[in-house]
Amino acid sequence: MQASSLPHLSIQDVACRRGDRLLFRGLSHELSAGEALHVTGANGTGKSSLLRIMAGLLRPYAGAIEPDGTIGLVDDRLALDPALQLGRALGFWFGVDLSSSDAASIMATMRLKELAEVPVRYLSTGQRKRAALARLIGQRAAIWLLDEPLSGLDAVSQAIVDELISEHCANGGIAVIASHQPLKMDGLKMLPLESFAPQPEQTQ
Amino acid sequence: MIAALLRRDLAALFPFAGSGAALPLVFFLAVAMLYPFAVGPDPALLARTGGGIVWIAALLAAILPIEQLVADDLERGMFDQLRLRGMTEEAMMAVRLGAHWLSFGPPLILATFPAAGLLGLDARMLQILLLGLLAGTPGLAAIGVVIAALTASLRTGAALSGLLLIPLALPLLIFGTGALSRADAATLGLVGAISLGLVAIAPFAAGAAIRAAR
Repeated sequence: MQASSLPHLSIQDVACRRGDRLLFRGLSHELSAGEALHVTGANGTGKSSLLRIMAGLLRPYAGAIEPDGTIGLVDDRLALDPALQLGRALGFWFGVDLSSSDAASIMATMRLKELAEVPVRYLSTGQRKRAALARLIGQRAAIWLLDEPLSGLDAVSQAIVDELISEHCANGGIAVIASHQPLKMDGLKMLPLESFAPQPEQTQ
Repeated sequence: MIAALLRRDLAALFPFAGSGAALPLVFFLAVAMLYPFAVGPDPALLARTGGGIVWIAALLAAILPIEQLVADDLERGMFDQLRLRGMTEEAMMAVRLGAHWLSFGPPLILATFPAAGLLGLDARMLQILLLGLLAGTPGLAAIGVVIAALTASLRTGAALSGLLLIPLALPLLIFGTGALSRADAATLGLVGAISLGLVAIAPFAAGAAIRAAR
């Protein structure tokens, strides 16, 4: 967590275009420390694109994003070498993020300890998701961008993730979660992306 | 962070790291081994053409790992996560270039000794060949990284990358083999100059390419 300043994420009149399709437009939102935002919408409405725009990995078609604080992203891209053992693959990121002393406790939190010797390519969908979340925890980012963090997880792990997000926000972090599943969290704001979709008559 | 990434890239690319990483080296030695059988054991002919064959083998060996060089990590989100940690695409590609060269350049230069023996090259020829490869392989690695980044998001990248690499590598090949017949320092210097130019441009070209591919 950044101690120097409180994180903030400002989304100003953002529009997103993928190929020749305008996915959403006119999206503005302010997120300050301790807030969580649940982005909902059907498949293909641009949830993942919105998260990638927030992360600064995609350029918005219009508008601007102003993040204040480090950003952590968990999506379907694992960023772990499939041939390496999970412990070593995660160890690379723990080494980069300078929190290797906490590696063991993070592995225990995400119930990954007994999987440390297993090559990443043999992990199941849920185990991969847990590994990605372990990478996120190690990063100590102020702003969490989570793309479907609950999909593929069993009930116990879902509860752990709910708990993690609540704790992150309680500690002054920001979380943006794109998910089809309901999240058990107090003070969660909703952002239905459908209401920012362009009207059919405007596209003609 | 750069040191950690270099270690990780090297571990993934270095020969004998598994998953076909030793293939360029095997390919290089196989060409040197098969060539005398194909053209016959005439020592004069082998001595005259052997150096050129070593250069062609080195060039093609440099292309072999191109497909995995950037595409896999792009797909896995490796570059996304590094970007979020504040590393620029140019730095990532410079590290990748260094790791790529270290993984095939020095092994290839070492393999030139047995290759020269198989082709019956004399000591002077071997010396020029070694210096030429030392000067030229960084350039080949640079071209490889740029093309790997450009074709990373294409499904038919492998075929296209071969086509793209060959014209770019021609100057290196011409001056590298030219030094063998002319044997002057100026030609080797030109190989080094082309190589340095390519190494200087490559991280920026490759960095822009993976930014666009995202």
